[in-house]
Amino acid sequence: MATAYETKLKELFDANPSLICMTAENRATIRELAGWIPERFIDTGITEQTMVGAAAGLALRGRRPILHALAAFLTMRSFEFIRTDLGIASLPVTLVGFVPGFLSDGNGPTHQAIEDVSLMRGIPSMRVFCPADETELLAGLESTLSQDGPVYLRYNARPRALPAPKPFEYGKAECLSEGTDVTVLTYGMMATEAWEATQLLKEEGLSVRFLNMRTLAPVDEAAIVSASKETKLLVTVEDHFVTGGLASICSEVMVRHQQMAPLYPIGLDGRWFRPGLLKEVLEYEGFTGPHLARRILNRWKEGQ
Amino acid sequence: MTEAYELELKKKALKVREHIIKMSGGGGCFIGASLSAVEVIVYLYDSFLKTEGENRDTFFLSKGHDVPALYGTFVETGRMEKSRLENHLKVEDDIYWHPNRKIEGVEFHSGSLGHLLSVSVGIAMDAKMKGETGRVVVMVGDGELNEGSNWEAMLVANAYHLDNLVIVVDRNQFQANIATEDLIPLEPLADKFKAFGISPVSVDGHDFSALEQAFQKLPLEKKQPTVIISNTKRGKGLPSIEARADRWFCRFSDEEVSQLLKELHGQSSAELTSETLVVR
Repeated sequence: MATAYETKLKELFDANPSLICMTAENRATIRELAGWIPERFIDTGITEQTMVGAAAGLALRGRRPILHALAAFLTMRSFEFIRTDLGIASLPVTLVGFVPGFLSDGNGPTHQAIEDVSLMRGIPSMRVFCPADETELLAGLESTLSQDGPVYLRYNARPRALPAPKPFEYGKAECLSEGTDVTVLTYGMMATEAWEATQLLKEEGLSVRFLNMRTLAPVDEAAIVSASKETKLLVTVEDHFVTGGLASICSEVMVRHQQMAPLYPIGLDGRWFRPGLLKEVLEYEGFTGPHLARRILNRWKEGQ
Repeated sequence: MTEAYELELKKKALKVREHIIKMSGGGGCFIGASLSAVEVIVYLYDSFLKTEGENRDTFFLSKGHDVPALYGTFVETGRMEKSRLENHLKVEDDIYWHPNRKIEGVEFHSGSLGHLLSVSVGIAMDAKMKGETGRVVVMVGDGELNEGSNWEAMLVANAYHLDNLVIVVDRNQFQANIATEDLIPLEPLADKFKAFGISPVSVDGHDFSALEQAFQKLPLEKKQPTVIISNTKRGKGLPSIEARADRWFCRFSDEEVSQLLKELHGQSSAELTSETLVVR
């Protein structure tokens, strides 16, 4: 059965003949698309570097390639090709990384892309889009494919468990709850768990602001600055190393604007996570809604 | 190729070598690899490449550090003002040790080895998809072939039957400060390409007639990319640096530059005293 992602892509491909779909032998979510647009579907085999280099060539000829591979290999095996060929030239190529963060389940550390955001946002012309769920993935796809430079899309097509979405815009966070005590800032698949935690914290009597960041480059600096002014504690929740991800971004933004607030970073602190099935990994690592609520509440109490 | 035209090309090549030697003064340049690539680049830009209009060809310098030969050729084929070469390494311009695509005529930047064969694969795929007949010619260094990304790209080029792709290896036998065969042997090189589905032809890379014969047979095999192994001498034209491992990147004094210009014209040999840059 076709995925909603590839169905949306087909629609965009029909409207834009310059789009080219590429994969380094990973068709998990674009299996049907290969048959729908065979003349614009290129599978380069297990060759992330060559795929990225070839995408640069295609982009030089006016094409807009959208590339698919596992996030770990796409961003790390071919990093210098991304930085040098796409980054320096600011070519409009979209990199779609599958199973980022906790979504690599039981694959183990080789497959854990938990430094991908850090690497990609370190490239000056790169945009980074981390959809919270399938609804957001689909909502952001068209603007992703019309950016004037490279984009890293941290693929996540899990069903939406958040309130009705706000209109999608690059560089604008989605504020789903207003509050004055704590601001929870998150992105990608952790948004679902962080949202559950937010509800639990409200039951404990806390006033919680909830920001789904959506894009980390460009990032909604205004939303971070307001949160640091108007709430007493910032909590970042991410399935990424604490270094280089949203915790780092918030620190940078607060220092740049000289608007400080206490920051509690929840992420993977200098180690890879225990491999297993997603549900059990989240439980073991303390990233389920209830675990997050408990951790945040403890930190809140310490600060009072 | 007529004798008259060959003579004309030789004159241009000599002028290009003069430009390269001048760029080895001041802040210096990768003179040896630039001198070995001269005939191929002059032939391509003066004769073979259709650089404009429909079905145009694309040329990439993947090894990148031979860019003085490219800019010298741009000057001698009317693509760049001669005076601009004096901007070499000035921060106000974009002429430095590796190509920048802000320079008109440069298709893409390079400098990091093993990139532009992949980029060429993308260009060749697009031309095929659009039914265009233009070719993509990519010059790689022999040392550059150490990079695995080249061989990965060849697997893909073979899989997609990119017979509009032409790889030129500047086989000058050196990488930085050592002979290729003394570090990571490449021979039998033609057999390696053949095994990857790339049709090889080996030519004297300093002989314009031989180069033309090879380029006029393209593609060597239908549905297969071609590789032209251009056998050259690093430092060609200057006996005092030819095929010398220590003469890779050179920063010559004004006096040495004027001596080398004389040596190029067979007047007297240069006495080089400046230190060499050695990376190993």
